Amino acid sequence: MDLIINGSTEKIKQDTLTVVELLAVKKVEAPEMVSVQLNGEFVRRADFAATPLKENDAVDFLYFMGGGADDERIYD
Amino acid sequence: MLTIGRKLVEEIYAHGFAEAPLEACGYLAGRDGVATKYFPMTNVDQSAEHFTLDPQEQFAVVKEARQSGLQILAVAHTHPASPARPSPEDIRLAYDPNILYVIYSLLEPPTIKAFWIRQGVVSEEEINAGA
Repeated sequence: MDLIINGSTEKIKQDTLTVVELLAVKKVEAPEMVSVQLNGEFVRRADFAATPLKENDAVDFLYFMGGGADDERIYD
Repeated sequence: MLTIGRKLVEEIYAHGFAEAPLEACGYLAGRDGVATKYFPMTNVDQSAEHFTLDPQEQFAVVKEARQSGLQILAVAHTHPASPARPSPEDIRLAYDPNILYVIYSLLEPPTIKAFWIRQGVVSEEEINAGA
């Protein structure tokens, strides 16, 4: 099926797949750290496995982004 | 190599100093390794030692960049009181293997560096900043 993934149309071999299966197809290494929007609406992480995708759906995903100096001072 | 022009570096630092002592964060967008736009982002942690981007804002900025024909090249954040190098927390929380992590220190002299952080392994990327 054709999906619009992060803004680009891609042909996916499978005829049916869920959000979590798409993340696996796209080789997302830490799917539990990814936020997903399906046609502009957030998909709850708990619903990734139960959310089916259909032809021409727009799926956007991005990784959690965080960090910080944290305990950097301890080895300065 | 990541190239960031002088005006953009000034913009990034202006955001960093404006947010200090809290950590400042944002996305750098551009093409072919040349950053042309800085998107200042909200640090939802509002912390001097941590930052987290707001996913809603992340999606909005990524889509805005995409509509402008730009790619997100890097996520940038300040280390207000420590050197420009990935902390253990930066390494632990770096999940995206496809983006550069730019860290800039507000200590004197101000220093900006870029890193790939993949599966806990850090490699510094050459950066041409302020030319």
